[in-house]
Amino acid sequence: MTDPKVTQSEPAPGSTDTQLEPGQARNEVAPPSRSQQVLRDILGGSAMISVLAVVLALLAGGILIALTDKDVQAAAGYFFSRPADTFRAIWDAVAGAYVALFQGSIYNFRADDFVRGIRPLTETLKFATPLITAGLGVALAFRVGLFNIGGRGQMLVAAGAAGYIGFAVPLPPGIHLVVAVLVGMLAGAIWGGIVGLLKARTGAHEVIVTIMLNYVAFYLISYLLTQQWALQAPGSTNPKSAAMLPTAVFPKILGEQFNLHLGFIVAIAATIWFWYFINRSSMGFRFRAVGENPNAAQVAGIKVKSVYVWAMVFSGALVGLAGVNQVLGTVTSGFTATIDASIGFDAITVALLGRSRPVGVFVAGVLFGALKAGGYSMQAAQGVPIDIVLVVQSLIVLFIAAPPLVRAIFRLPVPGTAPKSRTRKLEVAK
Amino acid sequence: MKLELRGITKRFGSLVANDHIDLTVEPGEIHCLLGENGAGKSTLMNVLYGLYQADEGEILLNDEVQHFSGPGDAMNAGIGMVHQHFMLIPVFTVAENVMLGHEQTKFGGLLNLDDARAKVREISARFGFDVDPDALVEDLPVGVQQRVEIIKALSRDASVLVFDEPTAVLTPQETDELMAIMRQLKQSGTSIVFITHKLREVREVADRITVIRLGKVVGEASPTDTNEELASLMVGRAVDLMIDKGPAKPGEVALRVEGLSVIDHRNQLVVNNVSFDVREGEVLAIAGVQGNGQTELTEAIVGLQPKVTGSISLGGRSLRGLSVRQTLDAGVGFVPEDRKIDGLVAEMTIAENLMLDRSEGEPFVKAGTLQLKFRSEFAEEKVREFDIRAQGIDTHVGRLSGGNQQKVVLARELSRELRLLVAAQPTRGLDVGSIEFVHTRIVEARDAGVPVIVVSTELDEVVALADRIAVMYRGGIVGIVPGDTPREVLGLMMAGEHPDTAGEAA
Repeated sequence: MTDPKVTQSEPAPGSTDTQLEPGQARNEVAPPSRSQQVLRDILGGSAMISVLAVVLALLAGGILIALTDKDVQAAAGYFFSRPADTFRAIWDAVAGAYVALFQGSIYNFRADDFVRGIRPLTETLKFATPLITAGLGVALAFRVGLFNIGGRGQMLVAAGAAGYIGFAVPLPPGIHLVVAVLVGMLAGAIWGGIVGLLKARTGAHEVIVTIMLNYVAFYLISYLLTQQWALQAPGSTNPKSAAMLPTAVFPKILGEQFNLHLGFIVAIAATIWFWYFINRSSMGFRFRAVGENPNAAQVAGIKVKSVYVWAMVFSGALVGLAGVNQVLGTVTSGFTATIDASIGFDAITVALLGRSRPVGVFVAGVLFGALKAGGYSMQAAQGVPIDIVLVVQSLIVLFIAAPPLVRAIFRLPVPGTAPKSRTRKLEVAK
Repeated sequence: MKLELRGITKRFGSLVANDHIDLTVEPGEIHCLLGENGAGKSTLMNVLYGLYQADEGEILLNDEVQHFSGPGDAMNAGIGMVHQHFMLIPVFTVAENVMLGHEQTKFGGLLNLDDARAKVREISARFGFDVDPDALVEDLPVGVQQRVEIIKALSRDASVLVFDEPTAVLTPQETDELMAIMRQLKQSGTSIVFITHKLREVREVADRITVIRLGKVVGEASPTDTNEELASLMVGRAVDLMIDKGPAKPGEVALRVEGLSVIDHRNQLVVNNVSFDVREGEVLAIAGVQGNGQTELTEAIVGLQPKVTGSISLGGRSLRGLSVRQTLDAGVGFVPEDRKIDGLVAEMTIAENLMLDRSEGEPFVKAGTLQLKFRSEFAEEKVREFDIRAQGIDTHVGRLSGGNQQKVVLARELSRELRLLVAAQPTRGLDVGSIEFVHTRIVEARDAGVPVIVVSTELDEVVALADRIAVMYRGGIVGIVPGDTPREVLGLMMAGEHPDTAGEAA
């Protein structure tokens, strides 16, 4: 009962016939768009692609470090008389930079004692905390086939709301922190939910709406930070809020000599929740079904539009948690309108690198935290501009977005059977 | 120009889309390619147009072998194509669209729009098209847009024109006008390849007819042949697919559809005032050539069509206006026409797909949490029961063969307590063994007292399953006849003839 005629009928001759049968666009639920298809391809790549993308990006970063290093440039001037000097200079520059990166982000083996030695790792985890939660938020939207570019806006409103509770509403210890966190997440959820609602009701594209809401949030928070009745610190003229009350601040979890705070535990909890939600809950099941094939989900009685709304609500809440983390953990002395530190955008990279899987996002968040923490020490120790780290981050995205490029470089086989690849090319050409 | 295709073979993996197809189109001839969806017509034309490279065979124009590596080569050689879905840029004017791809420029790189306008006017005048070169394409009716496509092809001196299902998007009047245009083109010496599955059009304009089925030429016909001969060539099956089926024991009327009309997203009336009923324990087959409103009719019953008038009631309860969820909860099982698009989530596992429409409540979900143990047991049981050939229940459905995919859909739909089963094209693209399996299951559902609607474009399937047959044509039901009605009569009804006259003619 095998069916040789149909097993590989993906680019079947009928496909051009059936592609746009009237039934397909029968109502307002749009057929999976091109962007969703691209998204699915990226997320469908193997974990190996992610790892190789990081390796490639670090290699390219190494080339840039070598090219911009003064010693290398000097040695290259007499390359043909003593080529070994150039290679030694390159080695010194690149190895030095990456060793400094390691020391600044994982373990400083030149430190006097273990506590100082391990401090960089805790800094890495501190930087990773908001990246992980925001990355989970973006990943959740990805799993439903939505691009949430609105991380900045969702973080800002969440930071504003949580910060307000944090400095202006005194509450008993414990309760204060919980209330501040929940209010912040609620604000992020509402900001994301608006997007979902607009998409479901009017068909507005979430990318455009989220980007525009970033501006709305930025100028709204900027305005509120200049208003005494709102977020501005009492008696101040700076657009900055008052410092958080001690009861609202995430407590340090490894003692005072480390900056790592409770927010990291919350991020771990969020990762576990994400895993449960997407893999074990019925709502997560519907989310995935809509993300993979909205048509089939609709035919199976799943309310696709309602899924879009809820997905953006949850996504906004998780991204909002990153904003909360910023005001109650990272910068507790009062915040400005740049409190998001463009984590909302880095989160997209983190989600892509982690392929929107909970563990993947967690690991990717830690990696990016390490790049942040180590970048400064790389600059301090070797004079390598911090921009190199940004370039490496960007290259990671570039390589992940172009799996065929990575496959070509490492000569990996194309997923799927070999004979298909030929027809696929033709399909593209068409 | 004389066009000749010799032994064209095109394979996609193990699927042979075109199997040694020979085709000759004489100058000034309208040559019809007739065949069902998926028969390989479009693939053949894409080979001709340079979009695909043939694995074997050659293309000859005026007895010279051609090598097309892309549509550009084909166009230069004098082949023009009018696609089913227009390749026009909506925000450009007619003249801009016509010059697109071979723009003439004046001094300084300025577009020579005057020439393009003149060309549009000249071709328009020659064929009486009445197309304004400065109109924006998006403002034009569909029929006129198609003329722009024709003008575009003619402006490049195409002497072979390929029309790929040109009438699929046209109203009947526009179709008649297109027929007239094709005759005119023919008289001016253009060779025309006309791809369609609509018999009426074929008989009206074709000089010669080639019928393709499953990637092979199955015969030549002439337009003077009867509809029934054409229909049997097109939809006939070599294999006899009769299954053992006892007589139906119809019970109460379960589904009652009255005066149902559906308006689709293009604001076309696609189902027109349809009434029928289905009894418990009976199979009503809805026959008809693809695209006569069957798809929309089933979608209206399940709640997937937004603009529906008339009434649908199941066991006295109205289904019209219910959401898909509510319809499914009312006991309707639905096997959608295109399982890959509407029936399954390819990236999900067999087990996940088996619970796709039951993600809200017990037994698959308790307190918002998936019951994985129950689901695994359920899936294991269904995989055994429905003989789904796969490595395990965690295999992604996208990796299964078409037959096994369809079994997953059937297993899901038949494992609920059903009060109505709607199966649209349940065996399209399946191998003989799977077809038999699916048919057996459908008859079992009937014998269990479930009312069943089977939509099929294949006469053999209709005859094998139906207790009664409703034939649809252009959105309406031509007639409802007993299951043992001769095929010749059915074939004529599929071409729009009323059952009484069809009976006499046969």
